[in-house]
Amino acid sequence: MSSAYRAETVDSEGLASAAGASAPAEVPRPSLTGGKSREREVMIRAIFTVVGFSSVIIMALIVLFLFREGVGLFATVSLSDFLFGQFWYPTYDPADFGILPLIMGSVAVTFISSAIAVPLGLGAALYLAEVASSKVREVVKPAVELLASLPSVVLGFVGMVLIAPLMQQLLDIPTGLNVLNASLMLALMAIPTITSIAEDALHSVPNDLKEASLALGATRWETLTRVQIPGAISGMGTGVILGMSRAMGETMVVLMVAGGAAMIPGSIFDSARPLPATIAAEMGETPVGSEHYFALFAIGIVLFFITLAFNLVAAYISRRFQQRGAATL
Amino acid sequence: MNQKMKKIITVEELDFFYEDFQALTGINMEVESNRVTALIGPSGCGKSTFLRLLNRMNDLIPGTRVQGKVLLDDIDLYDPQVDPVDVRRRVGMVFQKPNPFPKSIYNNVAYGPRLHGKLDRGRLDRIVEESIRAAALWDEVKDILHQSALGLSGGQQQRLCIARAIAMQPEILLMDEPTSALDPIATARIEELIKELKKNYTVIIVTHNMQQAARVSDQTAFFYMGRLVEMGPTEEIFTRPKKDQTEQYITGRFG
Repeated sequence: MSSAYRAETVDSEGLASAAGASAPAEVPRPSLTGGKSREREVMIRAIFTVVGFSSVIIMALIVLFLFREGVGLFATVSLSDFLFGQFWYPTYDPADFGILPLIMGSVAVTFISSAIAVPLGLGAALYLAEVASSKVREVVKPAVELLASLPSVVLGFVGMVLIAPLMQQLLDIPTGLNVLNASLMLALMAIPTITSIAEDALHSVPNDLKEASLALGATRWETLTRVQIPGAISGMGTGVILGMSRAMGETMVVLMVAGGAAMIPGSIFDSARPLPATIAAEMGETPVGSEHYFALFAIGIVLFFITLAFNLVAAYISRRFQQRGAATL
Repeated sequence: MNQKMKKIITVEELDFFYEDFQALTGINMEVESNRVTALIGPSGCGKSTFLRLLNRMNDLIPGTRVQGKVLLDDIDLYDPQVDPVDVRRRVGMVFQKPNPFPKSIYNNVAYGPRLHGKLDRGRLDRIVEESIRAAALWDEVKDILHQSALGLSGGQQQRLCIARAIAMQPEILLMDEPTSALDPIATARIEELIKELKKNYTVIIVTHNMQQAARVSDQTAFFYMGRLVEMGPTEEIFTRPKKDQTEQYITGRFG
């Protein structure tokens, strides 16, 4: 074994000196057996593995914690009473832990904000990708993306101080802190997500295909609807779902603007108390280990599953349409 | 005989600008119907720009300007009343890189005819089959018409793009270096096809490959520095060019 190694070493030196005559001398020849690069390679790999897995592990621990704290509720309250109960009176005696009004509050603000944000967000994406001149795009696209970086508390503030009194006066309703106001603010948060992702998707449809369509005598509109949108549909769908999931999970805006009434909203001018707002509002004044405390964690579990579902749908859309898109769009 | 020499395109004093840069200067050209015309010249000489002017594809580039006339059947393509969409339905184009849509083979070819409006299935089937046959691709794809066009080889994709252009039944087919991304065997098949196509279409082809121009074309136009230096029957251009620049280029002394 050792003699074989020695033979190899000799060989490599022999090659090195033979080549040395013609090759520039500055580059040192690595010996074939004594290099340190292997060790370094192994170390770098280990570091990246640890970094990569740490976020997975932390995520898993948080979920575990959420479940451990949340399932305690179901010792005293049945799952169906929790999910479908009409009344959320956590501090009454006896208390009611029905979160249907909270779920309906979340659903209401999510869908109404989507109804506002999806057309506006996709419309803005189409405008930026197709209509706007490059100068306009250079200004508008960063501006739209900047909207995403607005702290949600600022939007909540705007809704509370600016929109709510205005709405109350103009529409002559008891309160401006309602589903519509919250939906408007959430829409403002969702639009940049939708626009940015959808515009990237439209932009990444190869220019070749656009030219091919136009060269066949298609109008710009036909090219947009038959080539560019089908090519970008997965990205546009992903943007919409992520925008909606952002509205569903957003806490500060709904806490400040939705009004906080734990009842099923009957109109867009009713107040509502969406799931995240409930947790944020009540967690501070709940004794650790009480039924109410467990119930808030159980709400967290529900929210976790809802946003998980949104993300799974987004992943499904982006994969399914990409694969089938190749053949059948 | 007279029919054969019919002019289909007449270009008069054509200038073209990108912003302030003049890419083409004073081009005059007549293109004969049912012939293959090759545009040759070194990179950046304006031949591709010129080709794209013939179906108004340069309209898509902001900051461009055209002066002069391009007459198709005595109508100026750059007349303000002319709709570029209509121009492109009569003047088809095949690009350098095969660019099939990410759709099925059938839907690629049916794309153009469907723009015209609703066609019944039987008629559409017939157009698709005839177009693919005309592009010498039928035997290879007849059993997989509803599979993705992206599964085809590069050469097949390019013939599919030709079929797609033919399906619009254009009068003129523009080809911008259609074989530069293909291997020699696929190139040979496309060249065969081009010779076949001139029975029904007028073909104008930009090529970097002078052997290709010599093999497939009837007329050759040599571009240099944004000007049309010389144009004539291919045989004459390659054996007895009138201008020194042409001779230097085709003998490989520059370019």
